[in-house]
Amino acid sequence: MIIKLKKEDFDKIVEHAEKELPNEACGLIAGKIEGETKLVEKVYFLTNIDHSNEHFSLDPKEQFAAVKDMRANGLVPLGNWHSHPESPSRPSNEDKRLAYDSTASYMILSLMDITAPVLNSFKITGTNSEKEQLEII
Amino acid sequence: MKITVAGVKKEYADGLTVAQLIEAENVETPQYVTVSVNDEFVQSGTFEETVLKDGDEVEFLYFMGGGQ
Repeated sequence: MIIKLKKEDFDKIVEHAEKELPNEACGLIAGKIEGETKLVEKVYFLTNIDHSNEHFSLDPKEQFAAVKDMRANGLVPLGNWHSHPESPSRPSNEDKRLAYDSTASYMILSLMDITAPVLNSFKITGTNSEKEQLEII
Repeated sequence: MKITVAGVKKEYADGLTVAQLIEAENVETPQYVTVSVNDEFVQSGTFEETVLKDGDEVEFLYFMGGGQ
């Protein structure tokens, strides 16, 4: 699966995640699926109700509102994103344990090196994670 | 009765509970699913006693979280 993200949306994710430091930032991604390609057309910035630099939980009320917005705009949920302020861009054991949707893309932005943010996207099934081909367009 | 599930109108028998709907909709790992009916959250311990009625709008959402 290839996942395409607009450069302007990548920049917005980085900007939001930096603003939320030292805590993890999080949100949802929505768009369209064409064959083996996921095209992200909208990024949602949600509240991390854990307000933690080591954990995140999306605000359920904001999740519902985002899903309704997706539906109203003809978009489908593609997955979520969150930041790792102090660790690499790869799913932690907790990320894997709490990844209940094997069809979702899980994007992780590492801010370990604040001058060079790294974003990767993963598919997670059980304890296995597989990096997706992410294209910033 | 007609209810709307995740934006799709569906026909179900009267007296259907949230727990029965979760089973009928083949929701995976329901213990991690949050349910709303008409924009009101349903307490997870009350799925079996929450009876749906005609015209209800139901949404399912997976808990999303993690940690670094």
